[in-house]
Amino acid sequence: MIREGQERIPAGCAISGVVSHDGRPISGGEMIRSIATMHDRSNGLGGGFAGYGIYPKHRDEYALHLIFDDEAARLRGERFLLDHFEVQESGVIPTKKHKNITSEPLIWRYFAKPRPDKLAVSQLDEKEFVVRATFAINGTIEGAYVFSSGKNMGVFKAVGYPEDVGEFYRLDEYEGLVWTAHGRYPTNTPGWWGGAHPFALLDSTIVHNGEISSYDANRRFIEMFGYACTLLTDTEVITYILDFLTRRQGLTLTEASKVIAAPFWEKIELMEKEEREELTYLRSMFPSLLITGPFSILYGFSGGLMALNDRLKLRSMVVGEGKSRTYISSEECAIRVLEEDVKIWSPVGGEPVIITTGQRGN
Amino acid sequence: MPGIHYIYPAYEVARNQNRCISCRACQQQCANEVHHYDQELKMMVSQDDNCVNCQRCVSLCPTRALKIEPTTNAFKKNHNWQQNKIEEIYRQAATGGVLLSSMGNPEDFPVYWDKILINASQVTNPSIDPLREPMEGVTFLGKKSVEIKRGPNGKIITKTAPQLKLNVPILFSAMSYGSISYNAHESLARAAEALGTFYNTGEGGLHQDFYRYDKNTIVQVASGRFGVHPEYLNAAAAIEIKMGQGAKPGIGGHLPGEKINAEVSRTRMIPEGTDAISPAPHHDIYSIEDLHQLVHSLKEATNYEKPVIVKIAAVHNVAAIASGIARSGADIIAIDGFRGGTGAAPTRIRDNVGIPIELALAAVDKRLRDEGIRNNISLVIGGSVRSSADVIKAIALGADAVYIASAALIALGCHLCRACQVGKCNWGIATQRADLVRRLNPDIGYQRLVNLVHAWEHEIMEMMGGMGINAIESLRGNRLMLRGVGLSEKELEILGIKHAGE
Repeated sequence: MIREGQERIPAGCAISGVVSHDGRPISGGEMIRSIATMHDRSNGLGGGFAGYGIYPKHRDEYALHLIFDDEAARLRGERFLLDHFEVQESGVIPTKKHKNITSEPLIWRYFAKPRPDKLAVSQLDEKEFVVRATFAINGTIEGAYVFSSGKNMGVFKAVGYPEDVGEFYRLDEYEGLVWTAHGRYPTNTPGWWGGAHPFALLDSTIVHNGEISSYDANRRFIEMFGYACTLLTDTEVITYILDFLTRRQGLTLTEASKVIAAPFWEKIELMEKEEREELTYLRSMFPSLLITGPFSILYGFSGGLMALNDRLKLRSMVVGEGKSRTYISSEECAIRVLEEDVKIWSPVGGEPVIITTGQRGN
Repeated sequence: MPGIHYIYPAYEVARNQNRCISCRACQQQCANEVHHYDQELKMMVSQDDNCVNCQRCVSLCPTRALKIEPTTNAFKKNHNWQQNKIEEIYRQAATGGVLLSSMGNPEDFPVYWDKILINASQVTNPSIDPLREPMEGVTFLGKKSVEIKRGPNGKIITKTAPQLKLNVPILFSAMSYGSISYNAHESLARAAEALGTFYNTGEGGLHQDFYRYDKNTIVQVASGRFGVHPEYLNAAAAIEIKMGQGAKPGIGGHLPGEKINAEVSRTRMIPEGTDAISPAPHHDIYSIEDLHQLVHSLKEATNYEKPVIVKIAAVHNVAAIASGIARSGADIIAIDGFRGGTGAAPTRIRDNVGIPIELALAAVDKRLRDEGIRNNISLVIGGSVRSSADVIKAIALGADAVYIASAALIALGCHLCRACQVGKCNWGIATQRADLVRRLNPDIGYQRLVNLVHAWEHEIMEMMGGMGINAIESLRGNRLMLRGVGLSEKELEILGIKHAGE
């Protein structure tokens, strides 16, 4: 069987996300109900969730979620982890047997901090250290794969329909302030859990519906900066691009969205001088990070979400403003199922909608 | 051994006497003196020996009475000693000279463009219709910095290294005034201005009349330094250091004295009628660190406002050389493939030295990415790009833009007869003879160049839309959009593309 990374597999998808504005946490069970309404947009070959604020007791430690092919892989992976991290707590991620979720790998969770001695020798900041460790495990330790590596957040994913995946991981037992979910419709039959979405790096997660036409241009550029694109998926490369632009180059999310979904030149020409110069700068300095072709992404980060459509809006995505929450989804039904009385509107192509726990989108 | 004709004329003028009205247009048009009217026979006759097959008479004959046919006369068939090999020996035995040719390598080497196919969207993502949606071809050439600097107010500082903005990713490549005519240069300059792109002076200096096209001019500094002075450098949008040329890697330029008339002499700052032979190397560049100094001297002379291009021929270790150039302070690398044209080159060099541009481009783009410096420098390739499909393939392999020159001359009427070095171009392109130059009307010439590039641009947009791409930058280096046909594993590996069906 061909896995992600051995072949590029296009996929259609369903995405959904929610942000709480009043500090009241949202159960993972609600996210399951939301994504379940879009069952037909998935085909049972991948589903997943990302929850933020779910590990308050371990808020200062990196929550590393790993899958292992077998016990030997776990031992190899744990040796690496112990070499590089101080692991405060570790254990199997709680799951329950589910008739639709089969051939599960070993799924483990480690709450850990970089070892101070290793961190000092590496001359890296803490986040970069974690990123490199993640790449080292995923790239060099056979049978081991890190699929979540942020603080006070976690990704849960598997091969299956998303609602089944959520039940399998007992997500109704988790509470968070921000959630995203993903149901996948790949045009092939990959059977690997690591290939499901969300895709995560540190506390950044991406769920995405679309198939970008700029993929190889984006991949070959971002790989120059130490990001190894091993899965050959859109989601992976988009995650790396946003990490590169925001964490490493210090762009704001809005600025970064003007790189990846840049306004057309004909629009830029009409802007006021200051804005025109800034957008010309971003577009001409990062041409290889422009993303073309259809995409709708939800970018999750600690404290919020950014929704972004491609500049022609070739994929559906709607925002729903509820009483104390904001929802974003591929389809309205996935919002209405959680809250009937919501104001629905549709983001403009190429215009980021940034929603934080403190602030609704624009 | 006078009187022995070792070589039979390569072409025969086939004149349909039933159609010929003896108007003598062919005679007036042919600078090679092939045609004349025989008073006794009362008909037009031909001196086939002189014919270079430039097709001028064929194109101008009002009754379509003329065709030029390759001779059927042949030596005894031999797969090793092909006829042209034998004829070249006769020629050299007679003269003791180096064989000269012009335009690009015509030999039977693989053309990789023709073994690469382009992708299109089906079902999983939509194609984009260029008639209904914006399609963007704007390209910036120059260093791209990924580091964001902010001012005290937190705003991004938008000053960049000097950039060339192209409305279409096609530039006219270097052809010197001298090798081509004043009217050809005027056509190129005006077309570049109309298209929002650039033309290149080549190594022959810049005629004063054309300083007004400075915003669309790239001036060249070559080993002979012909016509190089501060005003020249500042009458341009960018400066190109010519280290090599695809048609003749390893040697300098060659302009026969016949083409150096008063105007060319003044522009080049050399005496009239002397051969203009530029040295093989730049005598101030014997290594990469010397190149670094020349790049910075030119930047110093132009206040660091203009990008500097370093042009090299595609040779065996082109990737390593390009990597060195990317660290030399240059803003743009131009690579010229072994099919690239020339106004005059030794035949043996033109036909045997250098490598295909497709392989050179793929290798250079990969090397610069492997070293993490691809964004330090833009990549322009040429030699030879023959159609919009070649442009798409070049950009998907990793080029930022392409240089065209032979294609531009063909648009002006060139029929690739490959006799530029003689200086008797009947199309008014590769000549300085006033009566011939007059034949190329720059008002028409520039319009034909604009038409050509517009036509290519439309085709590029159509193919990009088919791939679901609506901005040229998303095509750049997007090798997944390409597949090879009939290529070996090694060729695919070097091109960095998969085989069709994979």
